[in-house]
Amino acid sequence: MNAKLTAEKNEPVKKIMNGADMLIQALREENVELIFGYPGGAVLPIYDKLYDSGMRHILTRHEQGSIHAAEGYARVSGKPGVVIATSGPGATNIVTGLTDAMMDSLPLIVITGQVASGVIGSDAFQEADVMGITMPITKHSYQVQDVRELPQMMKEAFHIATTGRPGPVLIDIPKDIAGAEGMFDYSQELQLPGYQPTVKPNHMQIRKVLDAIAEAKKPVILAGAGVLHAHGHEELRTFAATQNLPLAHTLLGLGAFPADHELFLGMCGMHGTYAANMAIYEADLLINIGARFDDRVTGNLKHFAPNAKVAHIDIDPAEIGKNVPTQIPVVGDAKEALQILNQTTNAVGDFTEWHERLNGWKTEYPLAYLEDGDELKPQKLIELIHQTTNGEAIVTTDVGQHQMWAAQYYKLNSPNRWVTSGGLGTMGFGFPAAIGAQLAEPQSTVVAVTGDGGFQMTLQELSVLQELNLPVKVVILNNKSLGMVRQWQQLFYEERYSHSKIPVQPDFVKLAEAYSIRGWKTETEEETRKALEEALAHPGPALIDVRVAQEENVYPMVATGKGIHEMVGIKP
Amino acid sequence: MKRIVTATVNNRAGVLNRITGLFTKRQFNIESITVGHSEVPGISRMTFVVQVDDDNKIEQLIKQLNKQIDVLKVNDITSQSYVARELVLIKVLANAQTRSEINGILDPFRASVIDVSKESLVVQVTGESEKVEALIDLLSPYGIKELARTGLTAFTRGTKQKAVTDIKHYTLIK
Repeated sequence: MNAKLTAEKNEPVKKIMNGADMLIQALREENVELIFGYPGGAVLPIYDKLYDSGMRHILTRHEQGSIHAAEGYARVSGKPGVVIATSGPGATNIVTGLTDAMMDSLPLIVITGQVASGVIGSDAFQEADVMGITMPITKHSYQVQDVRELPQMMKEAFHIATTGRPGPVLIDIPKDIAGAEGMFDYSQELQLPGYQPTVKPNHMQIRKVLDAIAEAKKPVILAGAGVLHAHGHEELRTFAATQNLPLAHTLLGLGAFPADHELFLGMCGMHGTYAANMAIYEADLLINIGARFDDRVTGNLKHFAPNAKVAHIDIDPAEIGKNVPTQIPVVGDAKEALQILNQTTNAVGDFTEWHERLNGWKTEYPLAYLEDGDELKPQKLIELIHQTTNGEAIVTTDVGQHQMWAAQYYKLNSPNRWVTSGGLGTMGFGFPAAIGAQLAEPQSTVVAVTGDGGFQMTLQELSVLQELNLPVKVVILNNKSLGMVRQWQQLFYEERYSHSKIPVQPDFVKLAEAYSIRGWKTETEEETRKALEEALAHPGPALIDVRVAQEENVYPMVATGKGIHEMVGIKP
Repeated sequence: MKRIVTATVNNRAGVLNRITGLFTKRQFNIESITVGHSEVPGISRMTFVVQVDDDNKIEQLIKQLNKQIDVLKVNDITSQSYVARELVLIKVLANAQTRSEINGILDPFRASVIDVSKESLVVQVTGESEKVEALIDLLSPYGIKELARTGLTAFTRGTKQKAVTDIKHYTLIK
């Protein structure tokens, strides 16, 4: 199968073929190894060609599963995730994933079927205005109106999705176009005058960053996922180490800088560490590398880095100055910028006093929780996962309490091990994303940390684990509630738990067994440790339903409207 | 404050939708949009008049517009030397007594009457928004039955600006 693919790749293909063949051939030219999708009427011509194309296709059980899996694949492999969905309901089922990928800058190629050109606009069966629906949630989108456009559009789509700030690109293909014939020629050069991302940063601006470091007494780096997208984690480490700069990560940046590094302050923001948030609050220089100053990071903007000169390195110029006034803008790829920063020699500043202050905070206010009562604490569960996987697993999560505890207590030392729904905060993301992550790295241990709420949104994908015998380990942090909603209701809505508790649940172990997946149900630390060890030793998929303390809260916390220095719960 | 922004864009299906969608998503208050062909086939020119609170907002607007793949060039011309015109059609009530009086008002505005009926006149005027406003003010005492404005279209004076013909023409079908 692979030999055939390689052979065809080497010869430049230039011949008359139909739209469906063009699509498959374009995917080959782009070295696509994996497609996630779900067939339907409008994509039948494409699926017919896929049948004997030799390409690997993963049939998820819902289109949302396809696109989240593709996101997980993209996040871990760095390659674009490819999704095929049919027209109408197939296409609308991927809307959440598209938005998620857009918010977290993940490269996706999403192919949707469309009703035949002749009936577009007539409210035909399974017709939806997919272009109209998806325009605000894609980096770019195409509807093929002439089959001869298809190869060029595919080439552009891959280019746009994977360069500059990555993002999802959608190609809507009417059914008749898939059957129409035209010349396939993939050798034409791209002509995108309206799309010229600035990759190489301006040296003068970089010089200003170094000058600012020279003048600073209390500098701090805030590093986001832009570092990971640019593959600049090694350069980041060199930069921080040579300049002796403390560093805080955003949620999505975790893993780019080693958690056990002495310069690491932890995650910043709403549930960040005291040291990270106070460092930003007191800093006189804030160097943002590839983060977009999300409101979960900044808290109340009035109190965000009030004394700092702000330098912002970002490949997307629209992010610079969007939320936080910036004195030193640097447009460019994070890796390129860091390389220049690392080449340029300058006297390393003496930040001894600053580091002492930061280390004081780190020692006095570490992340901590009380191990009281009989119930297993969710933080402990994450620590157990960390111990049993040696901190080397790929961890995927949804949004909410389990996500924050995983971010706080699963200390990542290497990049591209952390797959989470950051910007959109999507429940149901973590489990299908774990499938994509596992397919991207079959040899790695992949743990999907989910909540009992989020898991029930996409658990139909257990069927994919069963079918492919993928060794994903699903760990349900089961607190019988929508934990973060419950926490907010407790803190801000006078403990009126409106519809946030889920007292009646399926037997998750039996559910796993229904899919021929091994399951464990645990309550204590010892049971959980044992189950985790057994599950990790088990070569196939596994599910552990862990009952944890229901009323535990994520701390420390910055309440909405507060500055990030106004944290509560810094001591357990 | 009011800003005038021009953009050259690929004339492709959905481009206007993309741009107005962007305005909606980012909460920019549009006063008018005009679109039409430019001197280059396949490339259109748009003029937006937007109300923004501060310079940051207009900077963000221009950056967001630039991110659109089909947008070739964006320019805030508000503080440059530019020519700007809009076209207005006004149907105003007029009888034998008031007709010549109205004609007297139109002359200094270089407005013209393009349709006459027993009870009304249709007046056409082009110019900058202030001039148009002034004429509307003068005609309203007579009774305006209908009014249609195109919104502003504009570009900069002189040839300092790079012409759109310098941008490589772009087509998918060779």
